[in-house]
Amino acid sequence: MKQQTRNHFIFIVILIALFWGLVPAVHAQTPFPSDNEVNQIASKLYCPVCENIPLDVCGTTACAQWRELIRQKLAEGWTEEQINDYFVQQYGERVLAVPPRRGFNWLFYVLPPVIFLVGLGIVIRMLRKNRKSAPAVIPLAEPENDPYIQKMEETLRQHGE
Amino acid sequence: MESPGEVNKTAHRPLPLWVTILAFMVLLGFLIFIGVGLQRAQAGPITIGKKVPNFDLTTFDGETIRLENLLGKVVVINFWASWCDPCAQEAEIIEQVWREYEPGGEVVFLGIGYTDIEPKALAYLEQYDITYPNGPDLGTKISQMFRIRGVPETYFIDREGKLAYFHYGQFVSPSQIQDVIDPLLEK
Repeated sequence: MKQQTRNHFIFIVILIALFWGLVPAVHAQTPFPSDNEVNQIASKLYCPVCENIPLDVCGTTACAQWRELIRQKLAEGWTEEQINDYFVQQYGERVLAVPPRRGFNWLFYVLPPVIFLVGLGIVIRMLRKNRKSAPAVIPLAEPENDPYIQKMEETLRQHGE
Repeated sequence: MESPGEVNKTAHRPLPLWVTILAFMVLLGFLIFIGVGLQRAQAGPITIGKKVPNFDLTTFDGETIRLENLLGKVVVINFWASWCDPCAQEAEIIEQVWREYEPGGEVVFLGIGYTDIEPKALAYLEQYDITYPNGPDLGTKISQMFRIRGVPETYFIDREGKLAYFHYGQFVSPSQIQDVIDPLLEK
């Protein structure tokens, strides 16, 4: 029994030692840059070959090459902005998910809120106009002052008697 | 004093003139914007018989080739990519035809790498021993000009700089290319 306990103890020590030894190995295997870091940039880029599919989820060889290029540039210390600029220079602005805010592209940013505000203005104006032009509620005359009601009540009284 | 049933009517006040003009200008600008976009979208590829617009191709070696400087020669423009299997299948055929015409000096072959990454493109050129000038399509400007549908695609330009023929997909034999070039050389 004593021997068995001792064996268990040795086994646990070996297990802990193995685990301890593995931890740095796992750290060493964590790649830089990670897939998440690559995909974070890739998700904002589109390959012209596969239109409407972001680079991070595109399954073609071309996209895989581009993701590899992003990984390579990140490993070289490039920033996201530098990588985006590189892709624009190489493949054109159409690779960007969001058009850069310059020149004609401003229309994409300015036009929707302008149209929304103009529309909102028109709706408010129409609502105000409708409220103003709605038939005014004119209070009815008080029963004691209304000759028609007085006459009717008088007739009813006469018939009631 | 208003009697019962009378409706209170308010006078209609028109919009200020500047608002109307501004609204029309915005609308007009928007319509022009949409119109130009549609026109560009429906422009289609460069058509046969029409002059091919000029472009500069900077090769992987750093040499700049200007299309308009090639007037008087037959120009063959091949769009390819290292990730494209049909391109790889026709690469040796195109190179073979190029080597046949190269000594005459009357035909120029240009290879344009489409949405490729340089190391892969260079490896591709080396693998298939491609010797005619090749370069990346920087900013995908050239491919957009030709409005290519995919790769491989090949365009043949006559001595006058007009598009004579185009071929979608890969070539399967050298004669397919020669049959296009030879009549152009006789013109």
